[in-house]
Amino acid sequence: MLTTWAYISNYFVYSAMAVFTISFIAHAFETAFAVRAPEAADSTEGNLLLKTLDYKRTEKSARIATAMMILGFILLLAGIVARGISNGHVPWGNMYEFSITGALAFTGAYLAALRKYDLRWLGLFVSVSVLLTLGTAITLLYRNSAPLVPALKSTWLVIHVLAAIISGGVFLLANVVAGAYLYLDRLESRGPRPGWLQRVPSLEVLDQLSYRLVAFVFPLWTFAVIAGAIWAESAWGRYWGWDPKETWAFITWVAYAAYLHARVTVGWRGRRAAWLCIFAGSTFLFNYVYVNVWGTGKHTYSGL
Amino acid sequence: MSKEIEVPELGFFALIRYAWRQLTSMRTALILLMLMGIAAIPGSLIPQRITNQIAVRDLFSTNPDLAKWYDRFSLFDVYGSPWFSAIYILLFISLIGCVLPRSVEHYKAMRAQPPITPKNLSRLEHHHEFAGDAQSMERASVWFKKNRFRVRKEGNSISAEKGFLRETGNLLFHLSLILILVGVSFGSLLGMRGEAIVSVGERFVNVATSYDSLSFGKLTGEKSLPTFEIKLDKFVGQYDPVTNAPKDYTAWVTIKENGSTYKKVIKVNKPLTFGDTRVYLQANGYSPVVTVRDSQGNVALQGPIPFLPQDGNLRSIGSIKVPDAEPQIGFVSSFVPTNARTTDQGAVSIFPELLDPKLLFSIWKGDLGLDSGIPQSVYRIDTSKLEKVGLGSVKPGETFTYPEGSITLETVVPWINLQIVKDPGKSYALIGGILAVLGLLSSLYGRRRRIWVRITSGGVEVAGLAKNSAPGLEVEIENFVNAIRGEK
Repeated sequence: MLTTWAYISNYFVYSAMAVFTISFIAHAFETAFAVRAPEAADSTEGNLLLKTLDYKRTEKSARIATAMMILGFILLLAGIVARGISNGHVPWGNMYEFSITGALAFTGAYLAALRKYDLRWLGLFVSVSVLLTLGTAITLLYRNSAPLVPALKSTWLVIHVLAAIISGGVFLLANVVAGAYLYLDRLESRGPRPGWLQRVPSLEVLDQLSYRLVAFVFPLWTFAVIAGAIWAESAWGRYWGWDPKETWAFITWVAYAAYLHARVTVGWRGRRAAWLCIFAGSTFLFNYVYVNVWGTGKHTYSGL
Repeated sequence: MSKEIEVPELGFFALIRYAWRQLTSMRTALILLMLMGIAAIPGSLIPQRITNQIAVRDLFSTNPDLAKWYDRFSLFDVYGSPWFSAIYILLFISLIGCVLPRSVEHYKAMRAQPPITPKNLSRLEHHHEFAGDAQSMERASVWFKKNRFRVRKEGNSISAEKGFLRETGNLLFHLSLILILVGVSFGSLLGMRGEAIVSVGERFVNVATSYDSLSFGKLTGEKSLPTFEIKLDKFVGQYDPVTNAPKDYTAWVTIKENGSTYKKVIKVNKPLTFGDTRVYLQANGYSPVVTVRDSQGNVALQGPIPFLPQDGNLRSIGSIKVPDAEPQIGFVSSFVPTNARTTDQGAVSIFPELLDPKLLFSIWKGDLGLDSGIPQSVYRIDTSKLEKVGLGSVKPGETFTYPEGSITLETVVPWINLQIVKDPGKSYALIGGILAVLGLLSSLYGRRRRIWVRITSGGVEVAGLAKNSAPGLEVEIENFVNAIRGEK
């Protein structure tokens, strides 16, 4: 019975991957076909460059892309819920489960931000990263449903891990935005943007957006660290022990604190701020990948 | 030397003031903050004494030169090292130097009236102008009151201000970081931490000699140990039959404290609490209960001997030392809870529960070296001065006989490792943590803004200003304008 739920979960995750692939193709189509040559194509050299952008032509594919992203989110959520039922506990017991939930949080952060900002230009990147994450999870990290080890049996598992995963999703989205900023900044320093990037918001907007995302989620990350400390106190007998995972959570926290100070009180903007943001986000990723896979310490729940 | 720095002309106090101003500047604080992040990195890559003593020892034996250099820079104790301490102490001094003056300033600002309405409102953002009269001003007052703005009425204008919570939260956040640091230092100065292995049926009395390892904070000592006794009645470890991973550990204990006796259950996430001392279930393993007799049949040793687990299936190693036998006898042993029937690999366990337990040993006679004064591991025997007598294995109830005597495996009981921790600072750290999150929330989501309204001959003028150009003022002012125009 419980194994059936594990199979159902896997089917949902596979379906989500298929749907994210459709979303990816629709995003790619949109990006590629919004550009077209002027109607009265004139072959003199200068005029050929005057390509116009016509998003009306691709509006349908853009809508399909977003709709598929939402559907993928729902399917993935269903997969995670089914996994939870098969486990008999929240599905955050090993790295496979962390990864699919992380992909869900990342998609969720994108979809939530999409309600306020037109981020569809990011969709291509988001769908690719989600596909890669899910692909890695299902091929390399997959582990059968298993009961939780005693140390994980706590209400704090839900609170601490959920807060950490959501923070991670938003941090990575901020990283993607900061990365887009740096890329466009380099392009613009050489001349006007190429046509297919016209839609991406101005540098100022990107700069603000990555800051807003970080400022929005930093308290949640602080909470995740504190919730982890409270849990560690009851499970391991100390609330802070410089375990590698704790150390890197602290480094991430310090890096984002530095980022926020640099922006708010020292007035960093643009390139420098974007690099600092990316550095901070990389410490989070490093913590996730390195400490889970190669690291030692007490946070060895990856199941690898 | 740079000419701008006029150090030679500064007096001693001026120099101190100069240094203080440098230290408490935002730039220095930011650099220190980043430095602290970077300084924390080596501790996660190089094994630390506080988390992985064994790996440190291994590095000393495999690569002594490197280990010596690491040690010279305190790289095995990063978080207690002078350089790490220097960074965070400077950071906190800088933080205090920054936050205290700002708190005073903020307190004054909170008590001060909002600034007077600027002369020319049309130059400001969100400027609106429309027809209105004295009633409009009344409605403005009502709106400000309803929305809890602080107001100042001056002639024909009102200036209103809101959003002090932003700076309050900001200061609260930084002050609570200091509280966390105080909690951490309290814990390390006044706390204690120790471990003790207790086999089922045994009793742990909370005095220094009962501990296998025990350390106190600098300002406390053995007298601070509260009196209690824990008897381990039963321990059950449950394992998943498919993955062999642990599912549950539960210890049933009887506690004697202040003359009363009661029963309790300890689990991994449910420690026992005695005031600010807590007792945690930290690890477990098996103790073979053996009886060793000499060649005359006299009992030379009897009791449970804790063995040290080596893998997930609890294959364990241990030593049974019989110093009272003549000659002294030692058993270099392995114990497997579920014996795998392989012939070539020695002792292998295939499941962590006691399904088919077996004790395997080699028997040695001679000088165990217990009187040499050199501390020995309980789990190992130095066989350099011993002579091998034989090899054997027993299952529960069986006896193995060798020329110098015999060994009987009576039964096998589990042992648990109790971790006993006193941390009088943790509640401060917890309160600090909660306040820090609350402070962060109000400082990152709070918006400080001002709204001015003035009645002129032409009508009513409204304008506003948001600090840090926080968004949302435009909508708020629109609502405000609608309210004073009497539109809902």
